[in-house]
Amino acid sequence: MSESQFVLPGDVIVTGDYRPEQNVMLDGNRLMSTAVGFSEIEDNLVTVTPLTGLYTPKTDDLVIGKIVSHNALSWEVDINSYYPGILTAFDIFGKDYSASRDDLSLKLNTCDVILARIANVGSRDPLLTIIGENLGKIDSGELVKISPTKIPRLLGKHKSMIQSIEESTNVTITVGQNGFIILKCDDSAGLQKAIASIKMIGMTHDDATLEEKVQNILDGNN
Amino acid sequence: MGGREANVVLLDENGIRSDGRKVNETRKVTIKAGVLKNASGSAYIEFGGNKILAGVFGPRDVHPKHMSNPDTGILRVRYHMEPFSVGERKKPAPSRREIEISKVIKEALEPAVMLEKFPRTAVDVFLEVLQADGGTRCAALDAASVALADAGIPMRDLVCACASGKAADALILDVNNEEDQAGQADMPIGYMPNLGKITLLQLDGVLTADEYKKCIELGLEGCKQVYEIQKNALREKYFSSGDKD
Repeated sequence: MSESQFVLPGDVIVTGDYRPEQNVMLDGNRLMSTAVGFSEIEDNLVTVTPLTGLYTPKTDDLVIGKIVSHNALSWEVDINSYYPGILTAFDIFGKDYSASRDDLSLKLNTCDVILARIANVGSRDPLLTIIGENLGKIDSGELVKISPTKIPRLLGKHKSMIQSIEESTNVTITVGQNGFIILKCDDSAGLQKAIASIKMIGMTHDDATLEEKVQNILDGNN
Repeated sequence: MGGREANVVLLDENGIRSDGRKVNETRKVTIKAGVLKNASGSAYIEFGGNKILAGVFGPRDVHPKHMSNPDTGILRVRYHMEPFSVGERKKPAPSRREIEISKVIKEALEPAVMLEKFPRTAVDVFLEVLQADGGTRCAALDAASVALADAGIPMRDLVCACASGKAADALILDVNNEEDQAGQADMPIGYMPNLGKITLLQLDGVLTADEYKKCIELGLEGCKQVYEIQKNALREKYFSSGDKD
């Protein structure tokens, strides 16, 4: 029994011996949804994939963020979440960072866009890091925002959807789990098509004919 | 509590009320989810003659900072009536009544919203009454609940609300403006239908113990009817095709 079902907050998904996972709450022996989304039952785990809401940070997720401000020790980054991401100065300047000697705004300024990894999600604001391959400041490209709940659909099964978009338009797409996407391409027609298909995925709620629709956009004007 | 407007016939001999409804009938309710682009979540409700817009922001940073709670999120509700929402121009500054209703709606929503998941943040709910026709607190609560679900804020259940009351010695569902003015009792009820919990209960007027029980039962029936409309509003936004249900 793994049929997905449309649920609203408070809807009873199933009763009995199941374990509540993401967006599911246990009330006696009833498993109830706490979000608008699709419920899924696998073995005895019940999850609800939400259709709305902001990004919930998870450790090791790749996210694209926009620098909002900085103080003496860290940058504050908008990661489309409930909390701002924090990128510490030590991450860029190394251990011998000194607030009196180094100036944060020389490295990253307000409105700069970075690709970062979520290092830690604790009781405080999520900690970002840009130590790692390909991480750091993004110099060029087009930034597209969609709802973070649509990211799994944008990627498709085994990243099939995003690969088909990349292949047919020659665009390099960097997807942040938080719903921010960077597209890079020299060919503006391909770029426009890729942006149109990503935005369409972000707007569409029913997924039955999604692949067809994306294919239509990619095939159009060829 | 005698009637103030003696010339209004609240209930005729056939059991039909001043606006043509039966005693256990609600007014026409329509809800639309996601009507505002800039808010995280929104809803518009028409509850008979009431027209109310609800917008939700957050969870987001709390300003002023001293209001924030390190253990849980906080809920802030502003209920406001537009100057043109009533017959004679209402001054736009928050009145005693609006402050009370804001508090009452906040407390009716708090059991449903899982604020403990978002410490140090605030969820802001803005309710604008564009047109008032009696029972705005229930209608506003209905809209607020749909807007919160639309914003993707985790909730234990939707909160639905409907008033019941007494006019012309009969128990009635969904008290309208005339019945509120000239009737004997008005009882707004907020209810979480899946958890079976009442989150809002007020009573203005006098009821016997027996009437009180019946009045609650009647009100809960109304709440359940509104709940179906709330569900449909959210379904329509997220599942207009309806093929997965």
